[in-house]
Amino acid sequence: MPDSDETGTKANRWHTPYLLLLPGALALIVFFIIPLFSILQLSLKDGGLSNYTGVLHDNQDVIIRTFYFSGAATVGALLIGYPLAYFIAMRGGRFKNFLLALVVLPFFVTYLVRTLSWKILLYDGGPVVGLMHSLHLLPQGQGLLGTDFAVIFALMYNYLPFMVLPIYVSLEKLDRRLLEAAGDLYGSPQRAFRKVTLRLSLPGIFAGTLLTFIPATGDFVNAELLGSDKQVMLGNIIEKNFGKEFFRPQLSALSFMLMALILVGVLIYAKVLGTEDLA
Amino acid sequence: MATPTATDPAPPPISARSADMPAILGHGGPPPWLRRLGRISLTVVAIGALVYLFVPIVVVVIYSFNKPLGKYNYVWHQFSLDAWADPFKFPELKDALLLSLKVACVVTIISVILGTLIAMAMVKYRFKAKGVVGTVLVLPLTMPEVVMGFSLLTWFVALNWSRGFWTVIIAQVMFSISYVATTVRARIRGFDWRLEEAALDLGAKPWRVFRRVTFPLILPGIMAAALLTFALSLDDFIITYLNSGLEQTFPIEIWTLKKSRIPVQINVFATTILVVSVAIALLGVWIGFRRTKKLGQLNP
Repeated sequence: MPDSDETGTKANRWHTPYLLLLPGALALIVFFIIPLFSILQLSLKDGGLSNYTGVLHDNQDVIIRTFYFSGAATVGALLIGYPLAYFIAMRGGRFKNFLLALVVLPFFVTYLVRTLSWKILLYDGGPVVGLMHSLHLLPQGQGLLGTDFAVIFALMYNYLPFMVLPIYVSLEKLDRRLLEAAGDLYGSPQRAFRKVTLRLSLPGIFAGTLLTFIPATGDFVNAELLGSDKQVMLGNIIEKNFGKEFFRPQLSALSFMLMALILVGVLIYAKVLGTEDLA
Repeated sequence: MATPTATDPAPPPISARSADMPAILGHGGPPPWLRRLGRISLTVVAIGALVYLFVPIVVVVIYSFNKPLGKYNYVWHQFSLDAWADPFKFPELKDALLLSLKVACVVTIISVILGTLIAMAMVKYRFKAKGVVGTVLVLPLTMPEVVMGFSLLTWFVALNWSRGFWTVIIAQVMFSISYVATTVRARIRGFDWRLEEAALDLGAKPWRVFRRVTFPLILPGIMAAALLTFALSLDDFIITYLNSGLEQTFPIEIWTLKKSRIPVQINVFATTILVVSVAIALLGVWIGFRRTKKLGQLNP
């Protein structure tokens, strides 16, 4: 971020911005920052670091599965989200805003209800299974609910708008004259895409990746509604046990590790690309 | 950010591609049919993605017209208006929806005030802690909900607060502040704040300046942020669930019910929420459109 304000005017009194910030900042410190330290403290209670090693050891499969599901959902969302964002930004024309509205439409349907909707669609007697049976994509007698595929597919669905929107924003900002310039300088269209479009939309790709991957790692709704006990994710462990007091130190260790890992990613991101594109 | 023009390699030597060559050869690349294939497949993927986004929503709406038979609403029986005719058949669902609306109102009011103040500080002033504030504001957006919810839960336990209505409010305000601050900030960036000084110079009292100059300027941003917060609050499940105690919001009620029954009325409520929010969003776009037109006439 440049070291200047966004209007060019100077503060007449130095404390005015701090007074404006005070209520919100106070709330965030007391109920967002301090709680993060509170899980750190709790995670070291009753056994100290052994909470960490214990919880890692007990949940090895779940941790690997969580990152596999979130990673697969993120890659899938990128593979279909980028063309969609590109299509809207470059070919949308007059329908740009309408198409964008379609992208955010799922947000207007309650999260749990739209996930239950996938249960209807992927149900054993439902349309998707029927179609896949008749195309012999799925062996007879094999359903989709309770498979990795169902959970990844629904995760991808629920976070796809978070992938499309930042990519769209970065493509929309792109100066079209650069592409013309690339053409004038004898760059082939693919080369122009690689060197100009793709490179300038990188901040959007990074932002979309973070905004898809991070919430997916903490999700338990998709795994619970569409998976079986073979699709348990980290979030499910926390959801099942958060009421049990004796289990909280281990859960804190689990949450803290997840948070630390993601925090490092975000800080690297903020350092390299700035925070503007995330919001 | 690096400008690609500076990093792009020099064009190929002139001798290889002389200026009088036909344009299509000069630009190299694939034959036209391949390029057309690329364009068609882009369109196909984009339309496929839109269908993918759209189908579950259509299913939610269609299944609100399902005949309520059995405990679950997973299998299509036949078209019926039964659930629409008797939407409040299950009092616990109605109560949950009312609680969700109440929570959303309180959360929206608190977050809009706190978030707008932060946005004003960020846009209008230059101060040392700006970078830190910006990073802290991004964190709630980039934290898995379950971590945020669980850490707040442990903090409430440490404080010995029992979970209920107000812990849900606090939990939801924490992620909403960031959304409000970033939305309002994006909307009011680049405004001419000298209008305020001009009004002061002309003898207006500070309160009058706020009412007549500042507030009308920031109002569209505030409205957009309020709508977003309301929708997010109504929809939030994970953070709310971990901090709700015995309170049952609409999503929590569905979560509790899912093992025993999924009444068609859930789809009726979801469809109603969808229709109302789309209507409000359209209204917002329309008002915003008229305002920009009016403002455009005022200062060309």
